Amino acid sequence: MVEVAFFFGAIGAIGGALAVVMLRNPFYSVLALVVHLVFLAGLFLLLLAQFIAVAQIVVYAGAVMVIYVFVAAYVGGIEEPIFDSSPKLRIFGPVLAAALFIEISIAVLGSSLIALGTDGVATVQSGFGTPEAVGTLMLEDFLIAFEAASLLLLVAAVAAIVLAGRKDESTVSEEPAGAGEAR
Amino acid sequence: MAIEWYLVLSALLFSIGFAGVLVRRNPVVVLLCLELMLSGGALAMLSFSRLHGDGDGQVFVLMVLVVAASEVVVGLGLVVAMFRRRIPLDVDEMKELRG
Repeated sequence: MVEVAFFFGAIGAIGGALAVVMLRNPFYSVLALVVHLVFLAGLFLLLLAQFIAVAQIVVYAGAVMVIYVFVAAYVGGIEEPIFDSSPKLRIFGPVLAAALFIEISIAVLGSSLIALGTDGVATVQSGFGTPEAVGTLMLEDFLIAFEAASLLLLVAAVAAIVLAGRKDESTVSEEPAGAGEAR
Repeated sequence: MAIEWYLVLSALLFSIGFAGVLVRRNPVVVLLCLELMLSGGALAMLSFSRLHGDGDGQVFVLMVLVVAASEVVVGLGLVVAMFRRRIPLDVDEMKELRG
């Protein structure tokens, strides 16, 4: 049963990931990433990370993807010919990725797990992965990281306003012409 | 279910995202492929967290979520700024830092 659920989730996650890379329209790529994240949240549930799975769906597939959809719609669906980058990258990109996959697999399966020397998956107590457990860890053991994260989010919000905000009147008057041209 | 399957899956997701970053030219899609790489890393951390029966990895994944959200906000802000200044949305064309 667990195996069936794992392969269902894995096939969905890989399919979504491939669709993100292969689809031409960036808008469809965003939607494919939502599919990928939902299947990945299912895999997180199999790993007993209930809180992370729900946070993934609410924060990622809900909030972050809305920003992506908005920006993809704002800049317009540029139909990019797939694999029309420079010929070197077109060949070497997938080859390098395959090499990286083999390399990581060897590193993780061949040496890391042996070096860790664990015998099988550990048994966990009943509260593992619940909001209570994660919250206790976060507010007791990782309090500094938690505070740093809040500061980072504030800085990112300010940075987005500074980057995307309108600078002066000339930019505002230019913009309609530019937007019309780009469409 | 052996934990190796999850680790191979995370490596595969990371590699797919890596290929996308190299091959695609639209900056929005490049950011999406970066998300794929991050989710591969998050899956690996959760696998090790499950392997050791230790919750620390789950807190790490939450931190990854926060950093990814910040990165998305700044990256998409850059994309919108490029669009406003009518810079072509093509990462191969971006050769200079000066706006």
